[in-house]
Amino acid sequence: MSEPNCLVANDWVCGEYLRTRSQELTDATVQHLGITAVSVVIGLLIAFPLALFARRHRAFAGAVLGLTTVLYAVPSLAMFSLLLPVFGLSAALVVTGLVLYSLTILVRNILAGLEAVPEDAREAARGMGYGSWRLLWEVELPLSLPALFAGVRIATVATVAMTTVGAIVDYGGLGGLIMSGLQTDFKAQVLAASVLCVLLAVTADLLLLGLQRWLTPWTRIRTRRAAPTPGRAAAELPAESDATSDATSDAKPEAAGAI
Amino acid sequence: MNMLSEAYGWLATSANWQGEKGVWNRLGEHLYFTGTCLLVACLIALPVALLLGHLGKGGALAINISNVGRAIPTLAVLVLLTLTPLGKYGDLPTLIALVLFAVPPLLTNAYIGMREVDRAVVEAARGMGMSGRQVFLRVELPLAYPLIMTGLRSAAVQVVATATLAAMAGQGGLGRIITEGFNLQNTPQVVAGAALVAALALLVEGALVLAGRWCDPMRGRTA
Repeated sequence: MSEPNCLVANDWVCGEYLRTRSQELTDATVQHLGITAVSVVIGLLIAFPLALFARRHRAFAGAVLGLTTVLYAVPSLAMFSLLLPVFGLSAALVVTGLVLYSLTILVRNILAGLEAVPEDAREAARGMGYGSWRLLWEVELPLSLPALFAGVRIATVATVAMTTVGAIVDYGGLGGLIMSGLQTDFKAQVLAASVLCVLLAVTADLLLLGLQRWLTPWTRIRTRRAAPTPGRAAAELPAESDATSDATSDAKPEAAGAI
Repeated sequence: MNMLSEAYGWLATSANWQGEKGVWNRLGEHLYFTGTCLLVACLIALPVALLLGHLGKGGALAINISNVGRAIPTLAVLVLLTLTPLGKYGDLPTLIALVLFAVPPLLTNAYIGMREVDRAVVEAARGMGMSGRQVFLRVELPLAYPLIMTGLRSAAVQVVATATLAAMAGQGGLGRIITEGFNLQNTPQVVAGAALVAALALLVEGALVLAGRWCDPMRGRTA
């Protein structure tokens, strides 16, 4: 019992805390991961057909983009509270709220990605006798993967951060530890949960980036070839990471890429 | 529909608007948080972004800062700051957390706005003998203006929505109406609180659109 004094002294960093409450931290992290993953996957499953439909019908596209933007202005705290009468205190409530938020980002990016597919590529595929489904699956989808992944990465990182607010209905993963740490003035717990939360977001982002690289090998070849040209490379450095930046550039990642 | 009419009933009750827990007071606190934070965030972010954009340097930093910013949960920052000695100064944790939240999108958008100015136009201005300062003030800034304002608007809407989190750390603002309604299991009050925040967000957006048009340096000129 030489070390527990950091718990008594209420230090910010406390090894004893990490040792004794590792189970609590693991449970919260697992819950956090689960809520985030389920939300983004469901969001993607809803966003994709929405984007496809929006591409066919212009009027519908305006309505969808407008509605999802309004949804984004609803504070997460209010969103979770509003869904309470529908779902009760459950993880489904938090997931539903997070899905609604992720739709804003995902629909926008998928739509932008599909619209940025060069018309030449489409024409060529049609000329080769591709039907509309094969065209979508084998030409348009692969070519729009970078934009789609940019959307998924933004949505995932934002969702990891927003899951913490779910603490208000007791399903906030690490957010629950942050809130109970606030109520009991438990500094080590708040810091550990916050750091874990950021680490989770960064790890998820890097994993998705790796997956994207692996799925779209052709984009790497292009950048490698472009790199030796001076000036051009400098212009492409910000442009490449651009697609992952925020709301304004989400709407038109391609425009930003064409500096 | 029933809930909406009950929420309207809550809003129509004048007793709910008066006093320390009333809507007027909470609205004032909310506007104070949002206004102060946006101002401070602009003072920090815009000079840096405009300078970096003018020099064409630090692009990776300017772009990635908004990615990093998104990964940091505002609630965690708010709670961490509340537990530090800063927590004794009342509103300070909320203000700092919201400034940290608003800086990244402002910075990134202003930087992108500056870099998206047609290079040929900048070259032409240089060729006409404009100094760096003149290029910045007369060419780059007016052309980047729309995107800078877009960044400001989206940051403002986000800050209005996120300022509700202050209530979770025991601070004021319209979020308090929501959390109080939540604790009392008074759903109409929650709906009313959410509606107030959403309405405020839309109003701020509208006001900024108007202000942006009014201040537009290209106003009255052909594009």
